[in-house]
Amino acid sequence: MGWAIALHGGAGVPLSLPPERREPREAALRHCLQVGVEALKAQRTPLDVVELVVRELENNPNFNAGRGSVLTTKGSVEMEACIMDSTKSCGAVSGLSTVMNAISLARLVMEKTPHIYLAFDGAEAFAKEQGVETVDTSNFITSENIERLKQAKEANRVQLDYTQPIQTDPTKEKPTADGDSQIGTVGCVAVDGKGNSAAATSTGGLVNKMVGRIGDTPLVGAGTYANSYCAVSATGQGESIIRATVARDVAALMEYKGLSLKEAAAYVVEECTPKGTCGLVAVSATGEVTMPFNTAGMFRACATEDGYSEIAIWPPSTQN
Amino acid sequence: MGRGWAIAVHGGAGVDPNIPSQRLEEAKKLLARCLNLGISALNSSMSAIDVVELVVRELETDPMFNSGRGSALTEKGTVEMEASIMDGPKRRCGAVSGLTTVKNPISLARLVMDKSPHSYLAFSGAEEFARQQGVELVENDYFITEENLGMLKLAKEANAIVFDYRIPVVGLGLETCSAGAGAMESTLQMNGLPLSVYAPETVGCVVVDDQGRCAAATSTGGLLNKMSGRIGDSPLIGSGTYACDVCAVSCTGEGEAIIRGTLARDVAAVMEYKGLPLQEAVDYVIKERLDEGKAGMIAVSSTGEVAYGFNCTGMFRGCATQDGFMEVGIWE
Repeated sequence: MGWAIALHGGAGVPLSLPPERREPREAALRHCLQVGVEALKAQRTPLDVVELVVRELENNPNFNAGRGSVLTTKGSVEMEACIMDSTKSCGAVSGLSTVMNAISLARLVMEKTPHIYLAFDGAEAFAKEQGVETVDTSNFITSENIERLKQAKEANRVQLDYTQPIQTDPTKEKPTADGDSQIGTVGCVAVDGKGNSAAATSTGGLVNKMVGRIGDTPLVGAGTYANSYCAVSATGQGESIIRATVARDVAALMEYKGLSLKEAAAYVVEECTPKGTCGLVAVSATGEVTMPFNTAGMFRACATEDGYSEIAIWPPSTQN
Repeated sequence: MGRGWAIAVHGGAGVDPNIPSQRLEEAKKLLARCLNLGISALNSSMSAIDVVELVVRELETDPMFNSGRGSALTEKGTVEMEASIMDGPKRRCGAVSGLTTVKNPISLARLVMDKSPHSYLAFSGAEEFARQQGVELVENDYFITEENLGMLKLAKEANAIVFDYRIPVVGLGLETCSAGAGAMESTLQMNGLPLSVYAPETVGCVVVDDQGRCAAATSTGGLLNKMSGRIGDSPLIGSGTYACDVCAVSCTGEGEAIIRGTLARDVAAVMEYKGLPLQEAVDYVIKERLDEGKAGMIAVSSTGEVAYGFNCTGMFRGCATQDGFMEVGIWE
């Protein structure tokens, strides 16, 4: 046993990702991993650690959370997040448009209200009462995401005309034709040396999503979950993750079928969700870590107390 | 192929032992009526997903329980409704939250499942989708009943003395629907009865049809005096509602406890991963997954069984199976 931490910056990475888009994200993963590791070494609780790391990821505009969140079909941002610890305390928020750090508001819901989940106007009102940092919504919107939305809308139009093939330009990072972006949700899981763990996930959701659409991220048991067995944060296609209750199932397989963390996580990703829709990071109470995915790639990083660490994008067999 | 259809309905877990007998009788009549509606539909080979929607629409339309008309009021005195529906084969699902003008939330949840690319829509986005889909819309005050206005008034008076929601509280009776023995020393009364008598009574229905297909649906106005924007377990797939190839589950009770326990999914997980049969799975989850929380659930299996369980004082429920078994109950 010992501490362990893993974080992700989204599953579903285009194989054609050019270096100028890859390197800032790799650097961010490296930085966030370091932040998390130092916090664990300084005996911060796993709950504090995952919140801290996800705040860093939210503040980085290269990921689909906080600043850099993808846009709804109306060109707005609606951010959501969830945090949970191994005592099964949890907090979640959806439909945020001005809150700098959704994950911190989720934590406040958990700790300062008798509820678990607040959304839209009610969540924004709570944020004001709590005095959390809010900014004008335009601060979250990046030109990259405006472009992404434009391409998603164009692809939808092309797709409606099924006599035309959809052109794919491999030199440009593009969302897939159905509006799914290749830019992901962020998340972090951590366990201390005593079996206490926590999970946190944050996102802007799907490119071109309908206003009011809620994905897997804020749903306890779908995108985020923690209990005495493990902590899990998932990323990918929200609707598939909800249907498969991905995060809960990893823990359930460990508890009810006696599978190891690695076996449980691999099973859920490979057998329970369609190919190309899901990735996750998870840690067990005993300090193990796993980061499986069934997409082409997943931005991820992990470290354990015995000195192991890893930062990666592609599947293990293709690492160089 | 299934072994006969089965159906269960509920109108909330956590019932005051001193509930006036008139209310008891009205509740039982409503449960029986909804059960019979579902039974007729099943006998004419309607599919499970259609039956659960039909029955929950009936429960929403009747002002007795806490869904649709008759929903508990938010702290602002308005109604914000939520619901979810899940179709066992392929585990398709749809959910809605924050509805203020949609006459039948469960039907909008169904449309999210069938007609949108998403699984869950909320607040103004959900209302806009409702307009686009042409579902029946009404003014928010259609949903508000005298009874619920009275309860909100009492709740607010109590709040002024009892607690400020910004301070973390655990297990305070007002915020839960746990009633009767052990919840708290409640001095909150209406018409001489503890407030919790009228506390949130989420509704739900689970069905397995004669083809062995399972479906579940849950609908609610949520907690009395809730913060605007508060979402409970009812629209959360895996918490308040779940259906898959082996079973369908709908829960009711303390929303936060149900979410923490991912109750509905756990029944199915325990069946799939531990091989427990339906009633044992329900009992296991109620016993092991609720900690201090109070809740109940109804469930059916793909093999035609029906089951229910609760760890509080009573749950409004009804169940029936194709072989002629039928029962409406409130207490243990």
